[in-house]
Amino acid sequence: MIYTKDISKSYNGVQVLKIDELEIPKGQSFGLVGNNGAGKTTYFSLLLDLINPSTGTITNNDVVVSQSEDWKPFTSAFIDETFLIGYLTPEEYFYFIGDLRGQNKADVDKLTAKFEDFFNGEIVGKKKYLRDLSKGNQKKAGIVAALIGNPEVIILDEPFANLDPTTQIRLKQILKDLAEKQGVTVLVSSHDLMHVTDVCERIVVLEKGEVVKDLETNPTTLKELEAHFAKSAVSVSEEEE
Amino acid sequence: MIKHFLSLEWKQYFRSSYWQKNIALNILLVFFALYMIGIFVFFGVFLFKILKKLFPEQDPFIVANTFIFYWIIAELFIRFFFQKLPVMSVKPLLTFPIKRSTIVNFVLGKSALSFFNFLPLFLTIPFSISLLNNGYSGSVVLTWLATMILITFIANFLNFILEAFSSELDIPFLPLLVVGGGLFALNYFGIISFTDIVGQGILGISENPIYILIPLIVLIALYRFNFNILRKKLFLDASLQSKVKEVNASDLSWTKRFGDIAPFMQLDLKLIWRNKRTKSMAFLMVIGLLYGLFFYPQPIYADKTFLYAFIGIFSTGFFLINFGQFIPAWDSGYYKMLMSQNIKYEQYLRSKFILMVMSVVVMFVLGIPYVYFGYKILIAHAAAAVYNIGVNTHVIMWGGSFNRKKIDLDKKAAFNYQGTGAVQWLIGIPLMLVPMAIFGLLDWLTGFEVAVAVLVLAGGLGILLHKPLMKAITQKYLDSKYKMIAAFGKDS
Repeated sequence: MIYTKDISKSYNGVQVLKIDELEIPKGQSFGLVGNNGAGKTTYFSLLLDLINPSTGTITNNDVVVSQSEDWKPFTSAFIDETFLIGYLTPEEYFYFIGDLRGQNKADVDKLTAKFEDFFNGEIVGKKKYLRDLSKGNQKKAGIVAALIGNPEVIILDEPFANLDPTTQIRLKQILKDLAEKQGVTVLVSSHDLMHVTDVCERIVVLEKGEVVKDLETNPTTLKELEAHFAKSAVSVSEEEE
Repeated sequence: MIKHFLSLEWKQYFRSSYWQKNIALNILLVFFALYMIGIFVFFGVFLFKILKKLFPEQDPFIVANTFIFYWIIAELFIRFFFQKLPVMSVKPLLTFPIKRSTIVNFVLGKSALSFFNFLPLFLTIPFSISLLNNGYSGSVVLTWLATMILITFIANFLNFILEAFSSELDIPFLPLLVVGGGLFALNYFGIISFTDIVGQGILGISENPIYILIPLIVLIALYRFNFNILRKKLFLDASLQSKVKEVNASDLSWTKRFGDIAPFMQLDLKLIWRNKRTKSMAFLMVIGLLYGLFFYPQPIYADKTFLYAFIGIFSTGFFLINFGQFIPAWDSGYYKMLMSQNIKYEQYLRSKFILMVMSVVVMFVLGIPYVYFGYKILIAHAAAAVYNIGVNTHVIMWGGSFNRKKIDLDKKAAFNYQGTGAVQWLIGIPLMLVPMAIFGLLDWLTGFEVAVAVLVLAGGLGILLHKPLMKAITQKYLDSKYKMIAAFGKDS
């Protein structure tokens, strides 16, 4: 579904991302982990053609994303709060996204009705602008907006951050269902190793812009990841001494 | 402590990307300041002589004092639009061991150093010297000068109170207009003569220095009042409370008739009605509409036909210019999202185009009463409207593709330079000066009819070429996509 070849991105000669080859098959739930500055958001931005790659290409369902816009109808994303339109209410925002994705109001209502639990009564029908919602509620609205229009690829950057524990658990269930039952390719990044291992079938660890681990999730994966990140914490503290 | 505050302020100013990128604008502002100082010094030096010439029967000092009422009103207006309370970004300081009162005193104290408080001195000091030279007693002149300085500071702090109360309103400048205009009207129609009250009061103070305590007490009271307002605002939840406003969603289904651009039109209309900056811009359209009244009723402009085109372009294109120059920066807050959505760029731009065209038509229709001042004015306005629709809409959207500055929609509109760059200044030339020059020149050389015809022709050509022009403009936007996304992601 998504094929990355020789992609790299540099700013003023400093390389922030370099992936030689990465293939994500259709229907896979894919997790990206790494410390700050590892290149997670850069990779997602390249995938959405928000920044221009220095070299290489990303192909999304046979469409080279930096050359054609035909990947847009089946791809959706929520990267951060700047994806929201602050002066709209959540409903208006959903309808707007729906309009762009060829869904009428009834379609959108049907979809958002499924997320009543997830919204916990704090999003729909509150007559509040998105800019006046709390960070966590903004995130909920943004994530659900990314599900409108039956996308085949969903990209979520740090979806668990800022959410309360109940919502985190509900979100994990939603993401699992998407990949398993509906065959949607889900790409998530996170700092929380436990959440990622819960949700994703496959986890890739980025470090300084490069892929250092590529794991199929199994019962020992969490241990392995923890060991990996603990190791770099130890080696840093040794260096400091 | 003060030292720390000062160094923070310094860094905030010079490290802001706004300063670094906007040297040209800053130089322009410095020139403007120097120009104002020059004018003030000139009047300060010659005011005494001028007044003596104009009112030979009266004492120039007394005459000057009668103008102080107008001075205060004008000062309040200018301050309201130009001067902002220099609020430091205090949020990070709240948890540190600094007394709240220290922060408030610093913020208020710093406002005393504003350029607006020094500017009057360039007038009052030379005027005082010329008073002394003309034999007025030293104590009177000094007391007068001190009173004027106090009045300046009173205006300074009064303005912040006005701003604090009006910032919550939908039309922030309405209270000032009502109060200022009301006082002015009462005075003008001779119901209460504030010119006399203020003039006599200041004369009285100059002769009996003890009365200077009155303005001093007023000043202290205003300072305390400001202090209390600001102190209350220094809690994080204070600003949150005012935010909980219920949404009144309006029915915009009529836009459906525009087909595939309807979602964008609805978005644009909501953008305009629900954000402070755009909303006050919309209200300013009234001023644009009435702009002709500054010129047409005056006999000296009666035969200056070249002005018709200028006023026509300006008043029918007021919304076009103010809204258009910040395309696509209005959407800068969520530009990334738009770019990752399944949208056709051309639809996005066409929605803005239609909005601008509608505004031109509406402004022209509302301006039809200008026919009272002559049918030629109406014809010139119609030609200007066609030119606006055919040429200026395309020019301004093309200029928008050079926009690289983010806009914060929640800031006030008037004299807000955020998002303004060299583009906005340069775009004014083809927008306003070119049609004015064409019209003026042709009107002078060949006559009114030809001038009108050429403007209409240019506009008509633009309308005919709309499709290919839009295609070229869209391409221009696509080409600068990455640059715009990167620039809109940065805080200014």
